[in-house]
Amino acid sequence: MSKFKKKKDGGLPPISTASLPDIVFMLLFFFMVATVIKEDNLKIQNQLPKANQIEKLDKKKPISYIYIGKPSANYIDTYGTEDRIQLNDKLQSVEQVQAFIAAERAALAEELVPTLTVSLKVDRDAKMGVLTDVKQELRKTNALKINYTTKKGDAVSN
Amino acid sequence: MAKRSAPEVNAGSMADIAFLLLIFFLVTTDIATDSGLSRKLPPWEPDAEQEKVQIKEKNIFALTLNSNNQILLTSAGDSEVIAIKDLRARAFEFLDNGGGQGEDACKRCKGNRDPKSSDNLKKAVISLANDRLTDYKTYITVQNEIIAAYNDIRNREFKKDYPKLEMNFVEATEMYQDPVTDVKVKESLKEKLEAIKEVVPQLFSEAEAKRD
Repeated sequence: MSKFKKKKDGGLPPISTASLPDIVFMLLFFFMVATVIKEDNLKIQNQLPKANQIEKLDKKKPISYIYIGKPSANYIDTYGTEDRIQLNDKLQSVEQVQAFIAAERAALAEELVPTLTVSLKVDRDAKMGVLTDVKQELRKTNALKINYTTKKGDAVSN
Repeated sequence: MAKRSAPEVNAGSMADIAFLLLIFFLVTTDIATDSGLSRKLPPWEPDAEQEKVQIKEKNIFALTLNSNNQILLTSAGDSEVIAIKDLRARAFEFLDNGGGQGEDACKRCKGNRDPKSSDNLKKAVISLANDRLTDYKTYITVQNEIIAAYNDIRNREFKKDYPKLEMNFVEATEMYQDPVTDVKVKESLKEKLEAIKEVVPQLFSEAEAKRD
């Protein structure tokens, strides 16, 4: 029976890695389901504050995003350290908010235009100045439904 | 010699492929944060056309945020600096006061009935003014606490008016917004939610930020 003799007697058998792909696929599917593709590449810091009286945004209705915050570390040389507004992929000035909303509306079916909600993603350390200006611009262009997008958490500890 | 079985496919690189995909998804995606405080802005009107609305001073709960994130509360003829953690209780007390007499009397209010504070739920106005240098996080906290005070009252009234549903206003709103909810249930919920919003309106006014 020498044909079937074990080569070695001692030593640990190698650990089977056959189930590793299964584990990784499981992780992969979890992330695919739980996340969404980034809408915009952020050039600003965007740590959202916390609040607990929040409502979910209706995904069936159109949503436009406006980001406000200080430029992130890579862009400080170009854009400075003051709060800036990001529309789509660019940092823009307050005057361009109206044009942005007009462009967002033009891309929508006409019956959906009045339901457009503007989601304001503002960094928690931003000052109110820029946001106030943006709100005035939104009022001028009659985009009145807004949502201060926040994380869920205890607001008082902000 | 026995018949050889088909050679096994080497699955060793499968893990690598899966890792690559996993890392790709980790980098390109974002956990969705699509919830927040919904508000409605007042329509834009040039200054000249603005009507002056007369509101009795006792019906106003005026909050002012300064550049140091301190909160000044002016109500019932008094001004004081308050802590953010007291805001919710103070706002609730103000809304629920019900100090009105005669036709202004508030049947639903359970407050102190202080004649110096608000008349009834439909008259009580909360106003908020902020400085341009106020921090956004403070502003959000204040907004959150004001909404919380309104929600507290709405929850109470909803439970009182529709005890059979065994849920409060916030839960009912969530159920109404949930796409899974049946259309008929939604219809009946909408009616009830609107009724409560009618009884406890959110009269919230924001002044434009000072210091230009």
